[in-house]
Amino acid sequence: MSLALIAALPFLGALLPGLLIRAGRNACAATTGSVTLLALVGLLLHIPAVLRGETIQTRIDWLPALGLNATFFLDGLGLLFAGLILGIGLLIILYARFYLSPRDPMGQFYTYLMLFQGAMVGIVLSDNILLLLVFWELTSLSSFLLIGYWKHLPEGRQGARMALTVTGGGGLAMIAGMLILGNIVGSYDLTVILQHKAEIQASDWYLPALILILLGAFTKSAQFPFHFWLPHAMAAPTPVSAYLHSATMVKAGIFLMARMWPVLAGTPEWFWIVTSAGLFTMVMAAKIAFFKDDLKALLAFSTVSHLGLITMLLGFGTKAAATVAVFHIINHATFKAALFMSAGIVDHETHTRDIKRLGGLRHLMPVTFTIATVAGLSMAGIPPFNGFLSKEMMLEEAAHTAPWVIPALAVIGALFSVAYSFRLIAHTFLGPVRDDYPHKPHDPGFGMWAAPALLAVLVVLIGLMPMTFAGWLVDAAAGAVTGEGVNAHIKHWHGLQSPALWMSLAAIGGGLMLLGLHAAMDRIWLAIPRPEAKRIFDAIIEPLARLAGALTRALHTGRMGGYLGAATATIVAVGAYAFFSGSHTPGSRPLTVIEPVAAIGWLALMAATIAVATLHRQRLLTLVLVGVIGLVVSVGFAYLSAPDLALTQISVEVATVILLLLALNFLPKYTPSESPTGRKLRDAVLAGAGGLAVGGLIYALMTRDFAFPTIADFHLANSKTGGGGTNVVNVILVDFRGYDTFGEITVLGIAATLIYALTEALLRPGPANTRLLNWVSDTPDAGDRHPLMMVVATRMMLPIALMVGIYIFLRGHNVPGGGFVAGLVVAIALVMQYMASGFGWTAARQKIDYHGLIGAGVLIAAATGIGSWFAGAPFMTSAFGYFKLPGLEEFELATAALFDLGVFLTVLGAVMLALSSLSRIAIRAGQTVNVEAYDVHPEDEVPAPAQEAK
Amino acid sequence: MEILVASAVGLMTAVGIYLILRLRSFPVIVGLALLSYACNAFIFASGRIVTGLPPILSKTAAGYTDPLPQALVLTAIVISFGMTAVIVMMALGAFLESGDDRIDLAEDDK
Repeated sequence: MSLALIAALPFLGALLPGLLIRAGRNACAATTGSVTLLALVGLLLHIPAVLRGETIQTRIDWLPALGLNATFFLDGLGLLFAGLILGIGLLIILYARFYLSPRDPMGQFYTYLMLFQGAMVGIVLSDNILLLLVFWELTSLSSFLLIGYWKHLPEGRQGARMALTVTGGGGLAMIAGMLILGNIVGSYDLTVILQHKAEIQASDWYLPALILILLGAFTKSAQFPFHFWLPHAMAAPTPVSAYLHSATMVKAGIFLMARMWPVLAGTPEWFWIVTSAGLFTMVMAAKIAFFKDDLKALLAFSTVSHLGLITMLLGFGTKAAATVAVFHIINHATFKAALFMSAGIVDHETHTRDIKRLGGLRHLMPVTFTIATVAGLSMAGIPPFNGFLSKEMMLEEAAHTAPWVIPALAVIGALFSVAYSFRLIAHTFLGPVRDDYPHKPHDPGFGMWAAPALLAVLVVLIGLMPMTFAGWLVDAAAGAVTGEGVNAHIKHWHGLQSPALWMSLAAIGGGLMLLGLHAAMDRIWLAIPRPEAKRIFDAIIEPLARLAGALTRALHTGRMGGYLGAATATIVAVGAYAFFSGSHTPGSRPLTVIEPVAAIGWLALMAATIAVATLHRQRLLTLVLVGVIGLVVSVGFAYLSAPDLALTQISVEVATVILLLLALNFLPKYTPSESPTGRKLRDAVLAGAGGLAVGGLIYALMTRDFAFPTIADFHLANSKTGGGGTNVVNVILVDFRGYDTFGEITVLGIAATLIYALTEALLRPGPANTRLLNWVSDTPDAGDRHPLMMVVATRMMLPIALMVGIYIFLRGHNVPGGGFVAGLVVAIALVMQYMASGFGWTAARQKIDYHGLIGAGVLIAAATGIGSWFAGAPFMTSAFGYFKLPGLEEFELATAALFDLGVFLTVLGAVMLALSSLSRIAIRAGQTVNVEAYDVHPEDEVPAPAQEAK
Repeated sequence: MEILVASAVGLMTAVGIYLILRLRSFPVIVGLALLSYACNAFIFASGRIVTGLPPILSKTAAGYTDPLPQALVLTAIVISFGMTAVIVMMALGAFLESGDDRIDLAEDDK
């Protein structure tokens, strides 16, 4: 199976649970599980090739120009992690089916879980570091959703926020680090980067890159001082804790360190930073775990401790240590996931996780007891379980590492590890049966303990026959980490001369002693004040949040003039700086001659614009003046060789003025004078500077030749031959840049729908509706709302106007016209009917659904574009041909015309929907809906009195 | 000719900016409409201005103007209609909801 498909499957699977939850919880869980199973099988099929030492690659170019490609590769390390993620993921899906209560929305849970799974698989299979970063951030986001799954719990929400803040912040640092790394090497492909060890380590940027990447890894893998989020993330449901916080997500940081190990490890900086962080985390977290009473908190800190152990091993920088690290990753995933699930079962059955309220459960829950004991002994490092093997090997590696503090602290860490593991088993399951459990416990059904039991079996099998069950995987993964062939020799007995043996014995002995002293030590522990991580975290976050809030309030004053003024001033200032800091000479392009007619048009435009500025308080007059400006602009377009623009502008002008008039009907007719003179002066200066800058800029542009060869020649040369039309502007719209046009008509459709939605909202019961129902017009009505002359004239014009519209549409490909203009013309023809004969009369006769028109337009345009796929061409490739029917001239058929039909329909629908929305407001405000087109029917001999209320 | 176009664009921009800095919704809408004219004319003029050379292919044409800015502006004109319609509707809705067409937040709404 393609690696890209393996990574994509969980994401596709994320869609299913939400749909299938309607079919019941079993169906939902089964589908989710089968998607994961499919991906797992696809992965397992690659095992033989990976074991032969091959690297499997899949490449899909995405943004090659940015170096961002969907490239995936699979080697031993990827296999190990992807196997853990999908394998344990499958068990978690099974476990969660029985763990979640009927009240919990299960579809949502599985969707989040699959999103997370996809992101994790993506991380471990990515060959491109940019892609890896995308997946990395996705794990932060999806784990946020999972930790906060129980939205009603404040701890859940706070824990989710804390996890997101810490891991998200680390992720940001890592992005910077990865970009530096990519810059040093000149490639963002991991497989390439991994071959440039010398180059990276010699670079001056090695240390910054290392620190930034380690920040990402340490935050994700909860290494000191970023460990504090993990225990708080335990507010999540237990399946999440078992999956994210033991087996997978927290190992993402470990994975990254292992992945980058060949190029980053081996330097003193790496050794000291990684080893000391790992070692300190291991000891500190193990000590805290020993004193935790909450089962999940104990396991959380023990996870932090074990992650520290693995980090330390990777920090050593030797091949042998890296091999042990890989082995411990496998072992820890098995026993810790089993322990979390067992803790979940205990919680589920007894309704408490507090060790002090438990004990004696071995008689009541024998199955859970067996599973937890096997896994717990493995965690303690007791033979013959798998945890013993890797812990022994770890101690051996530590013993050979200078200075002596390292092996000494490693033993102390192991000692605490023994202590808390035994405490977990002894204080939960051993001892006398109590009679004060919050809920009478018994073993759960098979479905719930099946998953942890399977893991416990693995713990035993790997422990007994390590070479058979894990040796090959360790060899493959460690070989991928170190870049050399690895042949691990995992065995139980290393001989009496092995320092690890004595260190192990010391740890076990000390650990048992410690357990005996727990009660006494616990009292001391509780008496001594300790730094509370959450309080420190809150103390840091709260002032930041307050600062952000203050900044937002300071910037968001709610005064629009302030925003727009600041934006204008900034743009003008930047432009002025650019202008005055550079040199400039007058342009050399010959000027075009000013003809008298142009000068007259210009005078009209300038006069109208100045009049708008001075008379803008009289709104109706302003509209008339805006109409004049629009008219001159259209004529100007026509004069300056742009007939298509002239046509469009003039039809838009009509629609705009009608729209504004309709709106003005319900707005105040005059603007009061309220700005102080100082403000007017300030605005005038700003406006003058802006106008001067824009005018100067376009003058400078027009008086110079093109700085680069224009692409106009391409369009002119290919319009007829490639697009089949002689109107180059139209061919650009429907063919060369058809995709842009498609986007634009979509936006237009959205705008019209938005207007409709706004109208709907206004017409619901509310202040606006009340105001409309009590509307009293402040302007006198015309005596005759539907003058007979106008009704007759518009009706006679309708067929002509429609024909003109169709004509403009059809000719558009070759001479000025096309879908945009035709849509506007037809819209105006229809609006004329509304104006002359009234809304009610017209609506009764013209039953076109404008939403439908918009939808049909966008769909037709899209279908035309997609149609070219069936011809084997890229999206929106156009085709055309010339045909001859008897009795007709030769004519052309082009797919572009079909596309233009989509444009036409969308424009028509959008304009009509916008205008008819406004008329609905008028109806609500009490305008009568006429059935007859005339107020006065000409056949009535005696004219009836006007029925009009207004 | 260039100076006429440039001065017209400049003046429309200036009046447009002045009007969008006013305190009521209607002048802001008119200001945006003027800015739309100015922007469209600006983009159009960036293709340099010529008279009598429309980009319609024919055997008799002496030459053609740059068609690309025209295509850009054509859709921009239609889109700016859509935008105007939306803000008109918003302004109308705001006025009907609150009985007031001021665009700044009232002190107690902040």
